Amino acid sequence: MKAVLGLEDGQYVTGNGFGVEGECSGELVFNTLMTGYMEALSDPSYFGQILMFTFPTIGNYGVDVQNMQSQSIKVLGTICREICDAPDIKPAIREYFEQKKLLGMSGVDTRSLTIKTRVHGTMRAALVVGSDDGEYAVKLARKTPSVTECNPIPEVSCKAPYRIPGKGKRVAIIDLGLKTNILTSLTRRKGDLYIFPHNATHDEIFGCEPDCLFITNGPGDPKQAAATIATVKKCIGELPIFGICMGNQISALALGGDTYKLKFGHRGANQPVKYYDGRIFITTQNHGFAVDADSLPEGCEVTFVNANDGTVEGFENEDLKINCVQFHPEAHAGPQDTECHYFDGVFRRLG
Amino acid sequence: MPKKMHIKKVLIIGSGPIQIGQAAEFDFSGSQACRAMREEGVRVVLVNSNPATIQTDPEMADAVYIEPLRSDIIAKIIAKEKPDGILSGMGGQTGLNMTAELAEMGALKDVEILGTPLEAIYKGEDREKFRDLMQQIGEPVPKSVILTSLNQIDDAIAAIGLPAVVRPAYTMGGAGGGIARTREELTRIVELGLSRSRIHQVLIEESVLGWKEIEFEVMRDSANTCIIICGMENVDPMGIHTGESVVVAPILTLRDDEFQMMRSAAIKIIRALDVQGGCNVQFAFLNGEYRVIEVNPRVSRSSALASKATGYPIARVAAKIAIGLRLDEITNTVTGCTPASFEPAIDYIVVKVPRWPFDKFKGADRTLTTAMKSTGEVMAIGRTIEEAFMKAKRSLDTDVQTHTSPSEIRMILSRPTDERFHCLFDALRQGFTIDEIVQLTAITPFFLEKIKNIVEQEKRLASGTCSREDVIRAKGYGFSNADIAQISGKTQQEIDAITGTPAYKMVDTCAAEFPAKTPYFYSTYETDSEIVPTDTKKVLILGSGPIRIGQGIEFDYCTVHAVKALKEEEGVEVHIVNNNPETVSTDFDTSDRLFFEPMQLEDVINILKTDRYFGVMVQFGGQNAVNLAVPIEKEMQRLGLSTRILGTSPDAMDIAEDRDRFSVLLKKLNIPCPANSSAYSESEAHAMAEKIGYPVLVRPSYVLGGRAMEIVHDEHELETYMKEAVRVSRNHPVLIDSYLQNAIELDVDAVCDGE
Repeated sequence: MKAVLGLEDGQYVTGNGFGVEGECSGELVFNTLMTGYMEALSDPSYFGQILMFTFPTIGNYGVDVQNMQSQSIKVLGTICREICDAPDIKPAIREYFEQKKLLGMSGVDTRSLTIKTRVHGTMRAALVVGSDDGEYAVKLARKTPSVTECNPIPEVSCKAPYRIPGKGKRVAIIDLGLKTNILTSLTRRKGDLYIFPHNATHDEIFGCEPDCLFITNGPGDPKQAAATIATVKKCIGELPIFGICMGNQISALALGGDTYKLKFGHRGANQPVKYYDGRIFITTQNHGFAVDADSLPEGCEVTFVNANDGTVEGFENEDLKINCVQFHPEAHAGPQDTECHYFDGVFRRLG
Repeated sequence: MPKKMHIKKVLIIGSGPIQIGQAAEFDFSGSQACRAMREEGVRVVLVNSNPATIQTDPEMADAVYIEPLRSDIIAKIIAKEKPDGILSGMGGQTGLNMTAELAEMGALKDVEILGTPLEAIYKGEDREKFRDLMQQIGEPVPKSVILTSLNQIDDAIAAIGLPAVVRPAYTMGGAGGGIARTREELTRIVELGLSRSRIHQVLIEESVLGWKEIEFEVMRDSANTCIIICGMENVDPMGIHTGESVVVAPILTLRDDEFQMMRSAAIKIIRALDVQGGCNVQFAFLNGEYRVIEVNPRVSRSSALASKATGYPIARVAAKIAIGLRLDEITNTVTGCTPASFEPAIDYIVVKVPRWPFDKFKGADRTLTTAMKSTGEVMAIGRTIEEAFMKAKRSLDTDVQTHTSPSEIRMILSRPTDERFHCLFDALRQGFTIDEIVQLTAITPFFLEKIKNIVEQEKRLASGTCSREDVIRAKGYGFSNADIAQISGKTQQEIDAITGTPAYKMVDTCAAEFPAKTPYFYSTYETDSEIVPTDTKKVLILGSGPIRIGQGIEFDYCTVHAVKALKEEEGVEVHIVNNNPETVSTDFDTSDRLFFEPMQLEDVINILKTDRYFGVMVQFGGQNAVNLAVPIEKEMQRLGLSTRILGTSPDAMDIAEDRDRFSVLLKKLNIPCPANSSAYSESEAHAMAEKIGYPVLVRPSYVLGGRAMEIVHDEHELETYMKEAVRVSRNHPVLIDSYLQNAIELDVDAVCDGE
C-alpha cells in the first residue's frame, strides 16, 4: 500500500502504508524511546499528533495491549522505519492496525526527518495512506490549524465522573487525557480515586470531599484548557494540588504563571532531570510546552529542571501545597526511577 | 559533590598480556581513563606488563612502569610513587585481583581505592558473598551451592540436579568453568575449576540453560545517580559465555515493563555494591521471570561494546566519577552540549559476533561453553536487524563452511560451536522450520525470523527473475554488491548500476535529538547522508578488524600511532575504518572521522566516494588490509578517483607477498634463500617437495600469521596437509620451502623513505 507524508514546508516523503487507507493531519513529533511503542501510541497526550519513532523498528515484541495507557490508540498516525511482521507473540502490529483501522507508514528515513524537526522545530504534517500524492499531502498539512489554536482535551477526557474506590486518601482527579498508570500508581498507594472530566467545577470536585486535587497529563496547548484552569484557580489554597505533565502547566497557569511552546519538545524515556538537591533522575517525558520559570509567582520553587536544556520539569509552592512535575513518574513506557519519589511524596504530604 | 581535591596522583593497573577473555578492550578503557584523569589535572602512574599497548606510551601517563603484574612488584611501585588513589576497575579481572591482593597485604594503607570498592570486588567475585548480597536486597539468583572439595559433589547434585553450571571464583573469562550434564562431567570440571580458582572455590548452580541472556551496562556516581548506558540481548541463549555469544543492542524481544523490571534491578545492584563508575549486570530471563547471573564491578569487553554501540565513553566517564565528579558535571563529549547524566537513545541496531581461533587450531574442541575461547569480535551497525547481521558476517573475514546435509546441520545446531550462527542460515536454506531450530537451539524465534528474511531474499536473488526491487531490498538487508552479483548471476557492473552509494548516518548517543560533534558514522541504504564533503586533505587508514591469532592488538597500536603522526602534519584530516569494538582506534576521539564498517573492497571504496580523499593507508591494517591494496588501487583507477595508496606501493607489497615474485627479486639481488617453489595442484606439490627435499615448510600464499603453515617430513604428511589444511587452486597456490633445520632466526626492521 502506498503512503505519503506531507510537511508544511513543502517537502513530502513516500513510504509503505500499513493499517487502512485514509488521511490525517496534525503536528509531526518524534519519540526516542527504544521499548514501549504500545504505551506511546495509546498515550492520550499524543492525541492530535502524528508520532514518529526514531528507533528503527516497532512491533518487535508484538502488541502488548495489557500495557496500553488508554483503551485505544490515540495518535492520529504512526511513522517508522520498519514494522516487524513476525514477532514472537502475535498479533503483529500490522494486523492490529488493520483491525483497529489505524493509519501508519513505514520505510521512512526517520533519522533524516528527526534532524529536520530538530533544526526547523515541530512542523504540521499530513499522512495519507493509500496514495502517493505528495502535493495533496502538503496542501493538507498546510490547512491544518496550529496546535495553539486547537483544544483536543475534550476528546480524550472522560465524559462523566467515575470512582475507583480505595481505602486510603481521597484523590479528586481532573482527567485531561490520563495515562492508565497514573491511576495504577495512585491505587497502589490505596488512593480512593474520584475521576472528573476536564470541565468539572469547583463544587463538583468538593462534592466528593477530597483530600487533594490531582491534575493529569493531556494533549495540546495548556492555555486552551480554560475551564480547567478556572477550576484549579478556585481550588488553590483550599486543597493540596498535584499534577503531572499538563497538570504541571495548568497549575502554573492557574497561579498566574506562563507557559510557552518548545522548539520540538521532549519525547522519550531517557530525559535527565535534576532535583534541587543535585540528584539526577532519568525520566519519561512527553511534552511540547513548558512552564516559564521566571513567570512563576513568589512562593513557587522550581524543584526539577531538565539537565539537558534547563527547562522547568517541576515546581512546588509549600504554602499553597502545590507540587507538580512535568515528566512522567508513572513511567510506562520508561524508567521507574521517580515512581516512588513522586507518588510516595504525594501521600506523605497528605499525612 | 566536588572533585576529590586530595587525589592528585592515581595508580592505574593495566590488564597485562593479551589472553583469551582479556584483550584489547582493557587497553581501550585504560587509555581513556589515563586521558580523562589527566584532563582533570590528576597525575597518572600506569603499570602494565604489556608494552604493545597505547596506554603504555610515554605520553599517556606521567609515569609508566612496564613490570610484571604481581602484587609484590606493584607494592614496590606504590612505595616509590606514593599515589593518593588506585583505580582498580580498568584492568579487567587482573586489575581487580591485584587490588584485592594489595589490600590484603596491607600495601594500600595510604591509598584510596577509587571506583570499585574492595567489598564490591569480593561481592562480585566471591560467589557466596554475591548470593548473600542478592538475597539481602531481594534479587533472585539461581539456586546454588559452593564447593571447596571434590567430596561434596554428590551433595551438590542432590541439591541442584543436572545439568548444572560450574563457575570458579576469581578467574577471568570464566576460565575453568563449564556445564556438566553427567556426574563424570561435573567431577572433571570441578576438579579443573578448583585448581584454577585463586581461592580454591567453585560454585555449582541451577541450570538456566536456554533462558534469554540479557545484559545491562550501568553507571553510578557519588551522588547515587544511576544510569543505564545500554541494554544488550544475547542471540545465543544462556549456556555460553556472553563473550562467545552473538549479541544485539538494544534489547529487542522484551516488552517495556519486562525491560524496566531488570533495569530497576540492575540499578538496585550497583547501589548495593556501592560501585562508583561502571558495572555490568547479567540476567537470565524466561516467561516474565529473571535471575541475576553475574556482576562485573568494572569495565569489561561488554562495556567496550556498549561504548562503541552507543557512542557513550564508559571508561572515560567512570574515571572521572572515580575522582568525585558527578555525572551531571561531566560533559557528553559526543554532543558537547549535554551532560553525561542521560541514557543513550540509539536509532540503529548493533550486532556483535565473536571471532574464534579454530581456523588456526585444527582439531581443537570447538564447543562453546561458559569459558571464553574467542580471541576477538566484530561489531556492525545497521538500520535493520538483517543489515546488522549481514554486515557483521561480512566483517568477520573468516571462511565459513556451508553445510547442506540435514543431519549434519541438526548436529551443529544442537551443540553451540563457532559454526552455529552461520549454520542457522544453512538450516533455513535447507528448509528447516523456525520451530525445529528453536527446539535444537533455544534461540528466540524473532532472530530466526530475521535470518529467514535474509535467506528468502537470497532465494529471490537466485531465482533467475531477480528484479531491481529485489536488489534494492537485498541492499537494505546488508548484502554486498559482490554477494548479490554472485547469487543472482548478474555482473557486478549491473548490480553497481542499480545500487548506487549508501547513506552514512551518525552515531550520536541521542537518536538525533541534539546535534553531535563527534563524527562517527556507519553506512546504510537510505536517502540522506550526513557527511558533508570538505576541502581538507584527508587520509583514510584501514584498521585491522577483529583480533585473531597472528593479528592482534599490535596493529591497533600502529593504527593509532599513524593517526597521531599524521595529525601532527598541518591541515591533514585522518579517518579510520574498522569494525573491532574493543580497540583504541575505534575510540570516539582517536580519528577525525570514524567509520564502523566491514572492510571488504566495496565498503572501503564507498567510503572513498563520500569525500575527496588524498590517500588510503593499508599498511597498518594487517594482512586483510594488505590483501585489499591491489584491488583498491584497480578500483580507484577504474572510477577515476585521484586517491592514492600511500606508503609502500601495492605492487611492492605484492612482490613481498607473492612467493614467486619474491624469489625472482631475491635472485636478481643475488640474495640467497631456501629453495622454494609454488604448487598449483596436489601433484605439483608432491613433485616439488621431492625436488626440494624433505623436510619442507608448506603454507598457502597470502598467509595470515602462519595460518595453516606446517613442517612436513614426508609425502604422507604432505598428502594429509594438501587434503585437509588447504584448498589449493590456480589463484591460491601452496608455497613449498626447504625447511632449514637448526638455523638461527633473525629479524630486522628497516625503514626507507623511498629515495
